[in-house]
Amino acid sequence: MHDTPPSPAGTAADPQRQRWMAVLARADAAAIAARLETLTPPPPHRRLRGPEAGLVMVRGRLGGDGAPFNLGEMTVTRCTVQLEGGAVGHAYVAGRDARKAELAALLDALLQDPARREVLLATVIEPLAAAQAAAAAREARRAAATRVEFLTMVTTR
Amino acid sequence: MYVAVKGGERAISHAHAWLAALRRGEAAVPELELAQIREQLGLAVDRVMAEGACHDPDLAALAIKQACGDLIEAAFLLRAYRTTLPRFGASLPLDTARMRLWRRVSATYKDLPGGQLLGPTFDYTHRLLDFSLAAPGAPPPAPAEEACAAAAAAPRVSDLLADEGLMQPEPRAESEPPDLTRQPLACPAARPLRLQALARGDEGFLLALGYSTQRGYGNAHPFVGEIRQGAVAVEFTPPELGFPVQIGEITVTECQMVNQFLGSRTEPPQFTRGYGLVFGRGERKAMAMALVDRALRAGELGEEVTAPAQDQEFVLYHADNVEATGFVEHLKLPHHVDFQSELENLRGIRAAAQAAAATLPEAAE
Repeated sequence: MHDTPPSPAGTAADPQRQRWMAVLARADAAAIAARLETLTPPPPHRRLRGPEAGLVMVRGRLGGDGAPFNLGEMTVTRCTVQLEGGAVGHAYVAGRDARKAELAALLDALLQDPARREVLLATVIEPLAAAQAAAAAREARRAAATRVEFLTMVTTR
Repeated sequence: MYVAVKGGERAISHAHAWLAALRRGEAAVPELELAQIREQLGLAVDRVMAEGACHDPDLAALAIKQACGDLIEAAFLLRAYRTTLPRFGASLPLDTARMRLWRRVSATYKDLPGGQLLGPTFDYTHRLLDFSLAAPGAPPPAPAEEACAAAAAAPRVSDLLADEGLMQPEPRAESEPPDLTRQPLACPAARPLRLQALARGDEGFLLALGYSTQRGYGNAHPFVGEIRQGAVAVEFTPPELGFPVQIGEITVTECQMVNQFLGSRTEPPQFTRGYGLVFGRGERKAMAMALVDRALRAGELGEEVTAPAQDQEFVLYHADNVEATGFVEHLKLPHHVDFQSELENLRGIRAAAQAAAATLPEAAE
């Protein structure tokens, strides 16, 4: 089996990192790869774990806001890579796309380097985020077009 | 008793080869691609993911193809596949209040904050066969779009009632919920376990039970407080990171059934909730689940348990179609030894009865 990768124990939640991991998780492998191609090739990395497919049990809440319950599982692929320089990147992404998980882990490692972060955010993360936001906005506009005003027939005497 | 048998390998392999040919159908007709099933038979995919209790649209599409469209067989295939994968952990509970809504309707309020959004629904269609779909044609025009206020707030209907103190609150305990995939079902089952069983239960079974509560088997007077359907983020805390990260978005359907409750010694008269939540766009399933969830709460709300839908053991032990099909369908497997003993038993009883009759004069008339 796989060794447990080096753990940055006690890592505090980093909103910026959470955001790029979320954007990468929602993107597909081809879109991430296409963005990466526009950059100078990243330094070599080695896989510390995976990519490997597994399951995450998705939970809901009783009544939507009460105690948790187990709704059902979903497939998830995880990957951990290490750059030659030393940074370790992680990815947990829905589905079974090994290439996507590895690309996301690689980017997570690269983005932790302050020297590269700005360029990567501007050329990879922000364009992906913008495409996702545009798709979400289009769905919201489609939903808005189905807004219905029900009229009640009231007879007044 | 089922006794394993040997032999028949040749016949079995020939039967499976014929099944494979039948699955493919007429060779002149183009073969189905998984993407076609995933994109164009989305509600079948959703049902297989819900009853297979495993969210993966591509795997569900493969299962549907392999099962020749038999959705229970497809759910079975998905359940079998999931056992080959390691469990990384559990997600944070979904926050359905933050769902990106496609659809949101309430039968209890005409005007409500956020409005009524019909979304992509069969409701209000005329249920006339559309023969224009019989021949391939140009794709339909893009759906209409209308400007909407950014992040139009759509609070839950249950929250609106709760603000007035008229909705029984759900205790917000953060205890680890029981898991049917780890421990077998045992009754009495707490509500989290019941909801897990219902979420993966057979849509047809739950539909019939829900319907029975409306027809008088169990005292229900439900309203659809709210149905919401859309994409919701799944967050998971990887142990190596120690903070939650979003791992993707999934489509779910949620149903809040609002029911009257007359109150008890400890609780005032108020509304209570039946709750349904399913993977995908399985709205009928979410509604049926909510009806049955409420019926199963009869005991804890001090109501009389009289109807099948209120009987935990009856509902929970029979809702799982993979288990049900396993036990029903095993009857067709060889029971030769079993039946041989029954046969000998019956012949013996008959022989004894005939022998007894022969010794008794005029026993026949």
